[in-house]
Amino acid sequence: MANKRSKRHLAPKAAKNNKTSVVHAKEKSSGSRVRWQEKKFQKPAAKVPVYVDQAPLQVLSPKHKKRQAGKPTFFGYRRQNGRVGIRNHVIILPLDDLSNAACEAVENNIKGTMALPHPYGRLQFGEDLDLHFRTLIGTGANPNVSAVVVIGIEPGWTQKVVDGIARTGKPVAGFAIERNGDHKVIEAASRQAKEFLHWSSELQREECPVDELWVSVKCGESDTTSGLASNPTVGNFIDKMDSWGSTTCFGETSEITGAEMVCATRGKTPAIGKKFLKTWQAYMDEVIEPFKTSDLSESQPTKGNIEGGLTTIEEKAFGNLEKIGEKAKYIDVLEPAEKPKKGPGLYFMDTSSAAAECVTLQAAAGFVVHLFPTGQGNIIGNPIEPVIKLSANPRTVRTMPEHLDLDVSGILRREMNFNQAGNALIDICIRTCNGRLTAAEALGHREFVLTKLYRSA
Amino acid sequence: MSAPDFLVHGRTDTVGVVVVEGIKKGQPLTGWVMDGDRTIKIKSINAIPLGHKIALKDISKGATILKYGHDIGKAVSRIFKGGHVHVQNVKTKRW
Repeated sequence: MANKRSKRHLAPKAAKNNKTSVVHAKEKSSGSRVRWQEKKFQKPAAKVPVYVDQAPLQVLSPKHKKRQAGKPTFFGYRRQNGRVGIRNHVIILPLDDLSNAACEAVENNIKGTMALPHPYGRLQFGEDLDLHFRTLIGTGANPNVSAVVVIGIEPGWTQKVVDGIARTGKPVAGFAIERNGDHKVIEAASRQAKEFLHWSSELQREECPVDELWVSVKCGESDTTSGLASNPTVGNFIDKMDSWGSTTCFGETSEITGAEMVCATRGKTPAIGKKFLKTWQAYMDEVIEPFKTSDLSESQPTKGNIEGGLTTIEEKAFGNLEKIGEKAKYIDVLEPAEKPKKGPGLYFMDTSSAAAECVTLQAAAGFVVHLFPTGQGNIIGNPIEPVIKLSANPRTVRTMPEHLDLDVSGILRREMNFNQAGNALIDICIRTCNGRLTAAEALGHREFVLTKLYRSA
Repeated sequence: MSAPDFLVHGRTDTVGVVVVEGIKKGQPLTGWVMDGDRTIKIKSINAIPLGHKIALKDISKGATILKYGHDIGKAVSRIFKGGHVHVQNVKTKRW
């Protein structure tokens, strides 16, 4: 049965509806032959400017159907395990730092694959090693990934990652460098990656209800405009998605400091609120207290936060919490990179507040699209989970437009309310799910940052 | 109402947030209290950058600063109504 199932998925179906629509073409028949005549456009093209800073930017209106009000649908890739992804990456995943070079060589050989280099994987142990494996396996297992080539220095730990990813039913193959060397591994892995890529590139998207969408949220380089406008926009989104039965996730343990008691009241039950407080207290005791400095050395709030007007961690925390809306209650507290197990709903994940670390953990837990409100202009992306960026800071919108997918600065001018901003965010999110590339994807931001709990042995 | 100069989250807040650029000392400002949809007017007594906070009343040294209706730290020096509220006169109670 299992075989049958995987076989079915390995053979991509030809598109059912094979209608070819030729836009701007008209049919002309001469005798028995049917010819197609291409339409020519007479409008002259824009002049090539002498100075490029005077060049007008051609902003094209996107060709997408206007979303109907109410519960939306999106077009995604259904994977073997039933989960739905919004991207279709073949990734080349290194087990350890030593295997980055081979992975990058395979990426270079086989266009359309993506290597995910990172600095860890050697001499880790205990909980820290468990997290390393959980993050790598979770990254490979994410529904935005169609197939995985794993390369490690030796076969033992490489096999562990391969086995973990294989449990999703997706194609995965592992290669080890010892006794082979980089050259042979790169050749064999490239050959395999090419097969995966051909297969993967024929997979088709299908329409899915929005309750099959897993969305994570995290803010960065926040300022007071985040708490006023961009974070409550995400909150409005979360409240709506929660009512539609989607799976959502927020994190940033240290950054809830000051608002932890309010956050505890947002647990679905008092027991879940207590579980959050226990997780928060452990972070305080194990991470913050032993190494604490004044204002955490301008890291909480960060230099950018302070520049943007945030004065204390408490102020930042209340702004942060605006992201979970007014009604949604979290139904469980997750370990870093832990997969949600209690069904649809909002989850809290124990993470660092550093953007790339947090998003990497959320992606490894299976979230497929990320909402990232920023004040001063954090430019983060993630290799496998598209990061949608929104800002309400009028200066950031003016000075860093290439990094933003949605401008909600109108809220501060009272030109837009939270309901309208939330709907605009749902709109850009669904379009992103359907294939629109985010600013971070277009700019090549692929910050893949593993969380390390303590020094290696 | 035209676009406000500063926004206030809660009705008990002692600070608001400047949401326009280039606020100078002595400028009359219009603020929108989001909770309850009220308009208030205050004159700035310092230049206040975009995103930075303005005191809505006189705040004594040691007093708790309220924003979102919650405690966001303490004043480490006296702050006057219309003054710039930031790291020079407010400190966290946490670290």
